[in-house]
Amino acid sequence: MVTLGQYLIVSGLLFTIGFAGVLLRRNIIIIFMSLELMLNAANLSLVAFSRFRLGANGLPNYNAQVFVFFIITVAAAEVAVGLAIIVALYRARQTTHVEDVNSLKF
Amino acid sequence: MSPILFWLFAFVMLVFGAAVVINRNPIASALSLVVCFMGLSALFMSLDAFFIGIIQVLVYAGAVMVLFLFIIMLLDLRAEVRRKINLVAFVGGLAVALALFVQIYSVVGQLGAAKQGFPPLRAAKMDDVHNVGLLLFTNYNLPFQIIGVLVLVATIGVVVLSKRELR
Repeated sequence: MVTLGQYLIVSGLLFTIGFAGVLLRRNIIIIFMSLELMLNAANLSLVAFSRFRLGANGLPNYNAQVFVFFIITVAAAEVAVGLAIIVALYRARQTTHVEDVNSLKF
Repeated sequence: MSPILFWLFAFVMLVFGAAVVINRNPIASALSLVVCFMGLSALFMSLDAFFIGIIQVLVYAGAVMVLFLFIIMLLDLRAEVRRKINLVAFVGGLAVALALFVQIYSVVGQLGAAKQGFPPLRAAKMDDVHNVGLLLFTNYNLPFQIIGVLVLVATIGVVVLSKRELR
């Protein structure tokens, strides 16, 4: 039997991997991918809770799934804007390494 | 869903998620991310969230990853040259991430509901696209419209950012 806790632990592991990626990597594109991993880990625990607590009609609680839908939409918009900023940064500095970009002054 | 399939897909997802962080080549990272999202989508479907699983594949593995690969191609990124690792920062980052996982593990361990399995569905048919859509257009109508404005603003922002030379 698969329990709720196992889904939550797997989701926590995925979040930790993304978090470690943000902290340890220095390539800004990899940092961005790690952010996506963290967002998706949150989605997994939301869907697990949605399935765990059934609604009155015996179906999953769809409020959580609507929330996941919103998260996916915001993440897609965020990726588009973030990658545009990375392209602008690369044009200005010819680098994607975060340690080469350590001053706010352009 | 049988525990074997659950652990199989969770394993695939976690291994390729770790590969995203470990790989030196950005293209290999992006392709690992696709496989990771496929595993995640299978886990969504194991939780009877078919609609979420499908849009996970469509939006992430389809649109977002093509965008990532396109940018990697545009910037002509190659495998990173090895730089001197700041050992204190590396060990510190690893310790913070591990502390976070230990925290999550202990919280889940204390949660009483975490030891229960999932109750069986009591409905004859699963029309989750219908139900999600119904909620989206009734209870969550205002957030839905705000999301539409957000996507419009993001589109305009991307055009402005990539058009003008930043000085």
